[in-house]
Amino acid sequence: MADTYDVVIVGGGPGGYVCAIRCAQLGLKTAVVERDRMGGICLNWGCIPTKALLRSSEIWHLMHRLEEFGMSADNFKFDIEKVVKRSRAVSKQLSDGVSFLMKKHKIVVIPGEAKLAGKGKLIVTKDGKTTDVSAKNIVLATGARARTMPGLEPDGKLIWTYREAMVPTMFPTSLLVVGSGAIGIEFASFYKTLGAEVTVVEILDRVMPVEDEEISAFAAKAFTKQGMKLKLGTQVTELKKGADNVTCTLKAKDGKTETVVVDRVILAMGIVGNVENIGLEVAGIKVDRTHIVAGKYGETGVDGVWAIGDLVGGPWLAHKAMHEGVIVAEKIAGVKGVHPLNTSNVAGCTYCWPQVASVGMTEAKARETGRKIKVGKFPFIGNGKAIAMGEAEGLVKTVFDATTGELLGAHMIGAEVTELIQGYVIAKTGELTDAELSHTIFPHPTLSEMMHEAVLAADGAALHI
Amino acid sequence: MATNILMPALSPTMEEGKLAKWLVKEGDTVKSGTILAEIETDKATMEFEAVDEGKIGKILVAEGTEGVKVNSPIAVLLDEGEKADAVPAAKHDIPAAMKDIGAAVKAEVAPKADAPKAAAPAVAAAPKTDGTRVFASPLARRIAADKGIDISALAGTGPRGRIVKSDVENAKPGAAKPVAGAPAAAGGGIPGVAPLPDARLLYPAGSYEETPHDSMRKAIAKRLTSAKTLIPHYYLTVDCNLTALMAVREKMNAAAPKDKDKKPAYKLSVNDFIMKASAMALMKHPDVNASWTDTAILRHKDADVGVAVALDFGLITPIIFKAQTKGLVEISNEVKLLAGLAKEKKLKPNQYEGGGFSVSNLGMYGIKSFTSIINPPQSCIIAVGAGEDRAIVVNGKIEIANVMTVTMSADHRVVDGGTGAKFLATLKQFIEEPASMLL
Repeated sequence: MADTYDVVIVGGGPGGYVCAIRCAQLGLKTAVVERDRMGGICLNWGCIPTKALLRSSEIWHLMHRLEEFGMSADNFKFDIEKVVKRSRAVSKQLSDGVSFLMKKHKIVVIPGEAKLAGKGKLIVTKDGKTTDVSAKNIVLATGARARTMPGLEPDGKLIWTYREAMVPTMFPTSLLVVGSGAIGIEFASFYKTLGAEVTVVEILDRVMPVEDEEISAFAAKAFTKQGMKLKLGTQVTELKKGADNVTCTLKAKDGKTETVVVDRVILAMGIVGNVENIGLEVAGIKVDRTHIVAGKYGETGVDGVWAIGDLVGGPWLAHKAMHEGVIVAEKIAGVKGVHPLNTSNVAGCTYCWPQVASVGMTEAKARETGRKIKVGKFPFIGNGKAIAMGEAEGLVKTVFDATTGELLGAHMIGAEVTELIQGYVIAKTGELTDAELSHTIFPHPTLSEMMHEAVLAADGAALHI
Repeated sequence: MATNILMPALSPTMEEGKLAKWLVKEGDTVKSGTILAEIETDKATMEFEAVDEGKIGKILVAEGTEGVKVNSPIAVLLDEGEKADAVPAAKHDIPAAMKDIGAAVKAEVAPKADAPKAAAPAVAAAPKTDGTRVFASPLARRIAADKGIDISALAGTGPRGRIVKSDVENAKPGAAKPVAGAPAAAGGGIPGVAPLPDARLLYPAGSYEETPHDSMRKAIAKRLTSAKTLIPHYYLTVDCNLTALMAVREKMNAAAPKDKDKKPAYKLSVNDFIMKASAMALMKHPDVNASWTDTAILRHKDADVGVAVALDFGLITPIIFKAQTKGLVEISNEVKLLAGLAKEKKLKPNQYEGGGFSVSNLGMYGIKSFTSIINPPQSCIIAVGAGEDRAIVVNGKIEIANVMTVTMSADHRVVDGGTGAKFLATLKQFIEEPASMLL
């Protein structure tokens, strides 16, 4: 007879493993089913290894600016294999770390693929062998994968998804990136910085379309200046594979077509939830397109089955999944006063160069709501630390409700903004208003002073511009 | 230039009040000192005088309106020759970020004399006047202030019961009612403590008469709930032999000069002696004459002794300030005056706010002994029972004596047991040997 767990989590990604730790902390007997490595896409094929790659490209970029800082060096070069090797080592270290955390919390990791098999039952398949697992609660956290489209299918050799793009064995001299969301633009930035010819195709009329329009425009300008080619309002109609290159046919909004020949193509057209082969149909769990329809506490409508993370829809971010993991764990344990996740307080970070980070409503979205708003902006060029760092390119922008002083949104582009955005996230979560932010003393000299100035600017009271 | 007449802050802690009655109407000419309106706070009804002259252009807040926020415009005062529809100088153009600086919201018309000039900040994040802290986000406070919602009456749904934006947005202006089942006066309840159910649920409809709370009832409920919940009370009881005091009192009252109607100039009560004895004992034990704050104990230099006055409609504790400097006759007459004002709801905040100690006497009802709830910011209160003939043992023999039981409630944060006991011993000595107060 198989063990009965209080909670079994299907998927060891950031949502799943965090949920497991929280369950264990709350005294629940917990197991995680994982078919690959602990940490999921985030640690192994997403957030973390790409940050390692981008760090390499950042250093490369700085090497080219040595003169500016009063230094010189000859003959520096990079070895893509070593760059990738470092990235993989970082992933491994963290994945091993998660495995250790599981052990530390006495969480059982069951290798294999799980499928719902009736109330409180899962069948786990590993190398053709099946095991029954019983659980009072099952948390589905199977994550998501790259979206593909007819005619735009990856082959793993010439046409990549994030997965191949992360472990190149050769450095492509030319590259076409399909999609300018966070994933696409990070790879575009990485390869462009290391010297590839990069063309980004975006079906909408601006890059990073979820960001504030002004940030998109700022980013587009910066990317173009770096030599990136942006094809906006453009679709890829055909990818014709050659021996070691791909001929891409692009069709612009006005109907004009052109062809581009590149070494490799990266597909980054969004992601779809991993809803297949986990027994959702049998269990009667509702699926809307590629995502599970879940309640605000991760309820699936089926007693004892919960769902979190990318599987239940956007924003497709590890930190959102982690928070949902905590919410579900606390719900299962009967913790009082659990609050649902508020997506308007979830920040998005893109580690391209310059970095982009944002939380809450864009200016346009805020205006759409019909309320009176006020907008504050402050450029990096007015900040001492930014200039000292040699990173004077960027912008911080705040959007407030003019009546209540509520921070509706904050949008940033420039060096290190991904590390800064949390300040605005705290302000939003704690429901601070423009008054508290104005009265906050930001340390000098830091980039964070720009966050203060962008608040003051909303009242026309910015000090350093 | 037309100016707004603002709701006055009649005491430093006042946040809102009822505009009980307008004594002027639109078109009336007023000058400095003209009484404009009667404002009712939780404790008293007060007259509100004009400080500037002009003509009342428009009355903005109808009489009878409750919960009018301090510093909100209640009428427009016109200069000579101005039309009734003249708009007051824009004072709302203050950047929102500056709004919480109380001084920025300048009161064009400030109450005279007794009321302090400093207006309460529009959005106070500070503790409530009654000592209970309301946990609310700044945004929730701002929206509540704008909509005229009493935030302390709301139940919070945020982390640990914090009041957040959605709680305020779902509340109706001026009619903020706690969620059914939440404690009405406990300022949102205490985390981890189950709220008391609404009593209405437990009785059949029609089996009771419902009297809505007036502002004094609300204040009593709030203050006493927080005092009894937040202050670590302990109690010390002592019996006082009144034989000597009764004799002195009789002599002194007999010696009172009489006017032509044969009415004596004073008639001292036992309570007057207790007030005096308390003041004297407080001067000897300054540790008892003290107030707790989060960061320090405040030891008061004067013996400001409150006296609880029962009213038909509630309870109030006016204060005999500097009672250590006052004689028995002065104390006696002042208590009578204040009690009279209290019964007519005419006490001013500076007559009942503050104090270092209180006396509550239920002896006249034949109560033998009882305990009182401390009246913050004070630290101690004595509950005085009836003086009655009791059998006591003196030198091994049973004797009859007039004995009164006094029970002191003390705030243990400020006054430790030994300190309280020493004070009570001194008080007992002063009461039992009134002459020793002369030493």
